[in-house]
Amino acid sequence: MTDHNKRIPTQHVIGFALSIALTLLAAWTALGSNLSTMWIISSIMILAVIQAGIQLFMFMHVVESDSHNGHVPWNMMFHGAVLAAILVAGSLFVMSFGFTHDHDGENHEQHEQQDSGDHSDMDMEGDGEHEGH
Amino acid sequence: MQLDEFFVTGEPLIYGGMVSIALVTIAILFILTYFKKWGWLWREWLTTVDHKKIGVMYILSALAMLFRGGVDAMMMRVQLAFPNMNFLNAQHYDEIFTTHGTVMIIFMAMPFLIGLMNIIVPLQIGARDFAFPYLNALSFWSFLFGAMLFNISFVIGGSPDAGWTSYTPLAGAAMSPGPGQNFYLMGLQLSGIGTLATGINLMVTILKMRAPKMKMFQMPIFTWSTLITSFIIVFAFPILTVALALMTLDRIFGAQFFTLTGEGMPMMWANLFWMWGHPEVYIVILPAFGIFSEVICTFARKQLFGYKAMVWAIILIAGLSFLVWVHHFFTMGAGAFVNSVFSISTMLIAVPTGVKIFNWLGTLYKSKIKNTVAMMWALAFIPSFVIGGVTGVMLGMASADYQFHNTYFLVAHFHYVLIAGTVFACFSGLVFWYPKMFGHKLNERIGKWSFWFFVIGFHVCFFPQYFVGLDGMPRRVFTIIPEWMPLNIISTIGAFGMGAGFAIFVFCILYSYRYSEREKSGDSWGDGRTLEWATPTPVPFYNFATLPEIDSQDAYVKLKEEGRTTFEEDKLEPIHMPNNTGQPIIMMGFLFFASFGLVFEWMWMAIAFLIAGLIMMVVRSFDYDEGYHVEVDEIKRIERSARGL
Amino acid sequence: MSSHELKTGPLEYRRQEDQMTILGFWIFLGAEIVLFATLFATYAVLFGRTADSTPPMELFEPGIVLIMTFLLLTSSFTCGLAIHEMRRGNAKALRNWMIITLILGATFLGFEIYEFIHYAHEGATMQSSAYWSAFFTLAGTHGLHVTLGIGWVILLLIQLAKRGLTPKTSRKFFVIGLYWHFLDVVWIFIFTSVYLIGMVV
Repeated sequence: MTDHNKRIPTQHVIGFALSIALTLLAAWTALGSNLSTMWIISSIMILAVIQAGIQLFMFMHVVESDSHNGHVPWNMMFHGAVLAAILVAGSLFVMSFGFTHDHDGENHEQHEQQDSGDHSDMDMEGDGEHEGH
Repeated sequence: MQLDEFFVTGEPLIYGGMVSIALVTIAILFILTYFKKWGWLWREWLTTVDHKKIGVMYILSALAMLFRGGVDAMMMRVQLAFPNMNFLNAQHYDEIFTTHGTVMIIFMAMPFLIGLMNIIVPLQIGARDFAFPYLNALSFWSFLFGAMLFNISFVIGGSPDAGWTSYTPLAGAAMSPGPGQNFYLMGLQLSGIGTLATGINLMVTILKMRAPKMKMFQMPIFTWSTLITSFIIVFAFPILTVALALMTLDRIFGAQFFTLTGEGMPMMWANLFWMWGHPEVYIVILPAFGIFSEVICTFARKQLFGYKAMVWAIILIAGLSFLVWVHHFFTMGAGAFVNSVFSISTMLIAVPTGVKIFNWLGTLYKSKIKNTVAMMWALAFIPSFVIGGVTGVMLGMASADYQFHNTYFLVAHFHYVLIAGTVFACFSGLVFWYPKMFGHKLNERIGKWSFWFFVIGFHVCFFPQYFVGLDGMPRRVFTIIPEWMPLNIISTIGAFGMGAGFAIFVFCILYSYRYSEREKSGDSWGDGRTLEWATPTPVPFYNFATLPEIDSQDAYVKLKEEGRTTFEEDKLEPIHMPNNTGQPIIMMGFLFFASFGLVFEWMWMAIAFLIAGLIMMVVRSFDYDEGYHVEVDEIKRIERSARGL
Repeated sequence: MSSHELKTGPLEYRRQEDQMTILGFWIFLGAEIVLFATLFATYAVLFGRTADSTPPMELFEPGIVLIMTFLLLTSSFTCGLAIHEMRRGNAKALRNWMIITLILGATFLGFEIYEFIHYAHEGATMQSSAYWSAFFTLAGTHGLHVTLGIGWVILLLIQLAKRGLTPKTSRKFFVIGLYWHFLDVVWIFIFTSVYLIGMVV
């Protein structure tokens, strides 16, 4: 990373080869392997994160002492990634837990609880209104 | 489209508004022409890239918006004073609470604080301008044009009426047809660009442009809170940008994100809105904490108690602010587990906030307090904000929230934190830094009158709302039942007290402009602790003739002890400054018309002006203007006259 | 606003104002991560909500998606080479690699437009269901970024021809390089979580 005068940019070439390999590996995992869906999803997501790391470190030089910008670029990328995880996982957590529209799975019991909960809430609101009037 | 569809018709109050807008505009045009001020306006203000002038424009616009939002509030309070009032009809009432909320948060609280940051932060860290002065001007014009777009909705096309939260499906095309809701979307989108740019700009300024040797943990607390706020802005505003864009796609281009057809998910809007909305709350409160810290230190004449704890508390609050968004819609029914998680994270926020309260109390303890108006606002903040905070913890308990949700208890809570926090801070900060901005103080006697009217009015207005809320009065109803009348009358009286306080404050500005003594020293209060007070008043356009080396907290205290200034003649060098430019206002003007076209779904207009805006960006890309240098002789001349040497 | 200029190191880092611009752009990329994350979150929540329209499994084809991915990966590589040559002071090689990057980017866009039109013919449009709204918005936002990037590179190539390699032009190329690599990162996640998962689930 420090030597700017090399004719052949070894690091870029390695990075490129790795990203092609990882892409093929991900495609094979998803379309060619016999893993269960859960395993496929988690392993290809990990492969994607590795690829993002390759881009950041080998192509974008996220930590580079010449920049005089210290760890700030890295810091922004890291916190951005954390927030991205919060956004995606958080939204899924909030918007699907006890909320899903498939009625055949393990969530059935959850739904029942939810429903009865809703009823009692409505009753409470009703009471409130009576008092109000 | 007919002209009577374009303009809002049939409401006497709105006709009154139209007439006053027309009169004020004509008056301004006349004055500018009569006194031949057009050239001055363009050269000195509209094309400026000076952070101090941009800050002043932010604050003036924010005060105008405070007036607009305040008038909305008083109209609501009149309507709610008695049962079956006929002052506003249901539709008009809906529009007014929507615009009141949006204007106060987006176009008053944020610009006011950003205005103060603009003026003060570079001065506090010993910088000569922002990192990107051009971008700073762009931010201001994007905010102003966004605010104008939102504000004209009440005379042209009709105001949005789905609440400042604009929940779908109510805010969707099916249930809110017409341009009203589009004004909300485009107005916020346009000003959001500027807010994001300001966040980036301030972060780079603070990280890269501090005075020589000033360490992060030697920065003034207001600068710290600005840095953390900018961090939140950078990470929260894109969420709003996307949410607004998705709703725009829904409404104008027929997408199905938040609709009831096509398996859309209306509650996803609430989810996205509050993922931005909760951090937004901290965007408007953290700088307020910073202002209070500065004011309290200065007038308690002590170093801040627990500086490091204060900084870490701010950082912790910023982190937690991204983890609590669901507490705004506990009643959605996401299930007990989800609600419990967010209930706990919500209550955790009380911990660092409590730390800060004790820091302020610790600073005040055994100090000799100077009772200025700025300090009175800060002292009034502490107990008032605690009331708001404690009721916030009550709301944070998910099960109890089912009772409080959407009642006046909630309304009282967020007004207690936002007014006692943000608005008090705006007044406090404005009074405190006023001499630095305008070269004279605000009259203290009149200031105290406005303080007492506003603070007493505030408590009279909002304290009863906790109880009327517990009595079951829901928010956003346009008429009340007789049982709620007594508390509502008290509340309305309080609102007018606050209105009187604001009027007195405006009078105070005019009176002080005319009669206050002009400042001779840079350290107006005599107790300044941070670098902004080391500059002469009025501040030269380059801020610092020479940059002092900083090796401690409260930099100016040390400079004063050592008898050093920011004008060391033997160290003078030419100063590099940016040129003024008309590009930002023109670029944002084009985007304003593009947004206006989109509001009415006139695609030809939107596309044409979007292209014009893009052309302006190309012009900017080819612009290799490198600014100019202020020569040493000129710096000497300016400094000598400013410092009376 | 110091006018001091370093004598060594890459051109784009020599002046403080250029360092600041690059830092500002990194911060902006932080905001861009969140922007795309919000789109991904929306996509994830609306996944499977196709209503009456064609489900993605029937429309996604591994072949074209892999070609698009390789095009973009290669363009990211050539863009890296361009910046490498810029640091060696070779303006001509910078220009040539940048032009190759542009061509690859434009080809990618062509495939994406073809793909969108194809889906529309099969009855999957922005308007047909929540899922497809989210899909077109996510992929479309990325495509829009690529389009803007192409326009931006063209502007910079004109400036390079006019002014040669200076601290300011170098900084501009470095920044567009960051932008281009970033778009590649976003595409990796679109490839993985939209196309691959869409073909599996």
